[in-house]
Parts: sequence; C-alpha cells; structure tokens
Amino acid sequence: MELKAGSRWTSAVSDVEVVVVKAPAGDVALHCGGHEMLPLGTEGSGEAPEAGLSEEIPVGKRFSNEAGDVELLITKAGTGTIQLNGETLGVKAAKPLPSSD
Amino acid sequence: MNVALLLEMMAGGAPDRVAIGSKNGGLTYGELLERAQQGAAWLEGTAAEKLVMLDVNSEALPLALYAAAIAGKPFVPVNYRLADDRLRQILARTTPSVSITAQDALSRVEGIDGLDVITREAFLEHTTAGGEHAGTFVTPDEIAIILFTSGTTGDPKAALLRHEHVVAYIVGSVEFMGSSEDEAALVSVPPYHIAGISAILSSTYSGRRIVYMPQFEPTEWVNTARAEGITHAMVVPTMLDRILDEIEAQGESIPSLKHLSYGGGRMPIPVIERAMHLLPNIGFVNAYGLTETSSTVAILTPDDHHEAVRSTDPKIYARLGSVGKPLPGVEVEIRDDEGKPVPAGTKGEIWVRGEQVSGEYEGVGHVLTPDGWFPTKDGGYLDEDGFLYVEGRLDDVIVRGGENLSPGEIEDVILSHDAVADVGVVGVPDQEWGEAVAAFVVLHEGKDATAEEICEHVVSELRSSRRPAHVIFIEELPYNETGKLLRRVLREDFPASK
Repeated sequence: MELKAGSRWTSAVSDVEVVVVKAPAGDVALHCGGHEMLPLGTEGSGEAPEAGLSEEIPVGKRFSNEAGDVELLITKAGTGTIQLNGETLGVKAAKPLPSSD
Repeated sequence: MNVALLLEMMAGGAPDRVAIGSKNGGLTYGELLERAQQGAAWLEGTAAEKLVMLDVNSEALPLALYAAAIAGKPFVPVNYRLADDRLRQILARTTPSVSITAQDALSRVEGIDGLDVITREAFLEHTTAGGEHAGTFVTPDEIAIILFTSGTTGDPKAALLRHEHVVAYIVGSVEFMGSSEDEAALVSVPPYHIAGISAILSSTYSGRRIVYMPQFEPTEWVNTARAEGITHAMVVPTMLDRILDEIEAQGESIPSLKHLSYGGGRMPIPVIERAMHLLPNIGFVNAYGLTETSSTVAILTPDDHHEAVRSTDPKIYARLGSVGKPLPGVEVEIRDDEGKPVPAGTKGEIWVRGEQVSGEYEGVGHVLTPDGWFPTKDGGYLDEDGFLYVEGRLDDVIVRGGENLSPGEIEDVILSHDAVADVGVVGVPDQEWGEAVAAFVVLHEGKDATAEEICEHVVSELRSSRRPAHVIFIEELPYNETGKLLRRVLREDFPASK
C-alpha cells in the first residue's frame, strides 16, 4: 500500500480510523491489531486484534515512528496496536498549551 | 487533510455538545456538521469556485467555513468595512464566486461580473435543505482560506492558507476534546481576521462552545460574558483597555472568566499590569502570529505573566512586554538585513519556520526560503532565555540620521508618563536628519503635560536621539477595528497637525 498525506484508513479488526498527516514515500505496510489497515469505507474482516497487539488507541492523538517520517492522526478511537513496516508507532506527546485563539 | 475533518472528529466524539450559541438551544457539533454538509451540497451545485463571506459574526460563519472546506472550495471572508471601490476591487478578484452578504451590504456588491450574491438567511436555508454533498477528496495542498491582508500601501495582498497549514496549526497546538463541557469562548474579532478563523477551528477541535458578538462593544461584551458563562476570550489591545474600563465602572468582575488571550497588536505594559491587577484570577496569554503563519506562532503563558509581574529582576519583569516562546513545531530566528541569524539580544527581522507557515500570496507565490523560512517583516529580538520581543513592522522603523529607531520603544516610555493615556510615534520627513520622531499624544482627562515635559521624560530613559522633534496633542489615535494603530494616517496627518 502507499500512504498519501490526507488519505484515510480504517482498521480491519476494530473501530480505529486514522488520517495520514505525514507519509513516507513508496510502498509500506500499515497494520492495526496485526492486520493491514483498509481504505476508509471498506468493510472490516470481523476478526479481533491479535494477542499482544491490542493496545487502546485514543482519538485525537498523533502517532509517529522513531524516524519521524510518518505521522497519523487518530480520527476514531478503538483497539489495536498500530505498526508501520512492523515498527510499533507511539503517541507523539505534546504538552497541552493554553488557548491563544 | 481537510479542515472539515476537525469538525467531523468532534461531531463523532460529542455530537450533542453545543458548538455555537447559548448552552440551551445552541447549534450542536452534530448539527453543525450535518448542516455544513448540506451547505456544501448547495455550493457544489453552483458555478462558484470560491465562497465569499461579507457579513458580521454569526452561526453562518462556521457553517460557511466548513461547507466550503467539505466542497473543496476556498473560503474568503472579506472586510465589510472597506470603502465601496476597494471592496468591489477585492470581490472582483474572487470571481467566479458566490458571496454570503449581509442584508445592508447587498446594494454595495451589485453588478460585479462573476459574483453571485446570496443573503445570510438564504444561505442558512440551504444548510437545512437536505442536499447530499459529493464527498470529494480534498488534498491537503488545496487552498482552504484566503484572507486579504490590510497592507498599508498598494493593493491588498491575498494570503493563501492551504488545508495542511491550518490543520498543522490546530492539531499541533490544540488538544482534541481538551475542553470541558462548561467552557465557552466569546468571539468578537471579525471573521475576515485570522483570529476569527482560528477561533472557529481551535474551539471546534477542543470542544469549546463559541458565543458570537456581531461586533465588539465593551458594555455588551462584559454583560454577554456574564450571561453566557464565558470562560475564554481573545481580545485585541484596544478591546482589553475598554473592557477594563467597563469592569471598573460596573464595579463587578466576570466570575466565570478563566482565561483571556490577547494579540493582534502591541499591548502596552501598563494595560496588561492593570488587567492583572483588576482580574487577578484570570490566566492571561499573549499570542503573536500573522495571517501568513495560520495564526499563533509564539505565546507568553499565564505562568510567564505571573513570574514576570512578581519578579524584582528587571530582565524577568520586562517579559510582560514579550510574546513568549515559539509553539512546539515552530522555529523562530532573528536575522540581519542580509538574512544571517544574529545572537540573542540583537535586534533584527523575525523569521519563522514550521508546518503551519504558508507565506504564500495569490499572484506572487510563496516567499519562503528553499529551507522553509518565512521573513515576517516584523522587527524584534530574542532574549537569552528564548523569549521573543516584537517591536512592530520594519516598515515603521524610523531612520534618523542613519540610526534605526523603533517607534514601540519610544511609545513605551512616553506611555509611562502619568498624564499620558495613549501615544503613537512615527517618522516624519526632516531636512537635517532624513526622518524625525513625531509623537502623537493623548492625555488622560483632567491631566496635563507640556511637549517639553514629554521630551524630557523620553530623554530621562532613552538616548537623546529618541527625543521627539514634534509632540502633537490629539483627542484620540486612529486604530483599525482589530487594534492596529494606523501609523500611515498619523504620517499623513502630520503636516496639518504640526
């Protein structure tokens, strides 16, 4: 699969939905709960996330990899560790800022 | 990604929470999304390539912004206060377009080729007409918002903000659903100002209810804030001063108000000191940003304010006059005339870089360096601890005998004189020095000061080159409605007022 900034994906095995904020070039494998994620709007497989890959994914958080060349925004919460090419993505921690608008 | 996704997420997370209006009977996030989608369906069926808004604040504003985003057409809020010829020139630049237009402005926009006009009421009807939008995929590099900057010379520039810039700003600085259900923001900045746009997007993403004021008026502001349980607000410096007058006159505070941010122009230190004294339980935030940077790039936090005001160290106290530190994801550098970075404490031009920075104008293209830096044309400096001080537009710098003088520095000193209520300093032509310092001074009612006293006061604090050559006493200074001092007007008025 190829990720494109702005493209949206859904988990095959849970409610998780993401939008791609930043994408690495070329062919990648994006998984949630051990199963490849599907283009938004595609029906899931009905299976459950694999054992050990059932992290709770909160809505509104940004997930990225160590290299920082991929960033996903979680648009819907659900279960299933998110991985890119086998590497588990983690929450990009941000200190809450006081509102300026 | 599309800015409308921010609303989609919130409508998914808390569809029944009130987004716009009063806690009882306001528009919920679910309704806002559904109606914006129907508005998009209408817009898709028109020949318009842009959606213009020529109106004051109301629920139609966020509906129009999101409808345009869903339809993948740029949203262009335009300043309804412009003179007719200027307004028509700007509208002609948006065609083919459709303009949601205030009832009383309809006659001003007639007969512009390619501009369809619709009233606010008719637009609102389209948002409940049941239309199905196409669900077009909008790529992140499409234009989301076009804002005409108030440029002091020549044609106004149309700043282009793409979806990726605006969304980067919001998701990078606002916590999704970070607000409690009790929070409410009072928005009185006009829709054609970047602060009016970012107020919608950040309130949506954090889940904070918006209460609109069609136009700013201090008594109504204070009364609305109390009646609506307002917790948050953003004001420009001139608004804050007038709000404080009103609170003092009423002898009563605004108990619900927790958080007040200010920006859009230089805040005089005496005003913020007075605000902190009068409203001790409110967290103040000073925000610095530009249209071209999708709003805020640096903030002075409530903690910074408290630390500064309590400090006996003049360097820390001086931070009350700073705009704080860059947001995460934003870099700030001060550079000299040749574009080379200068050390802390040295004045120069403020440059910024980050994913939220567009720096792009219609017909001009973007003005970023190949590595993404944007020259703001604002002058300023960073202190040793990384606090940013903004001294105003570089175009306003007074060049006197080869020496660069910052109007803001001289204004701060004059303003600290007991008798002075407000002051604007500009450079005026001078045979001997090229430019000379002219100070337009507004005195407090019942107080008196001579021109000589003002000059002596300046020289007691600053080098003698800063001494005004002219002191002109006037009734009030010319500001635009977003609090920017119109120095151009002062310069033009100078020969007559001398």
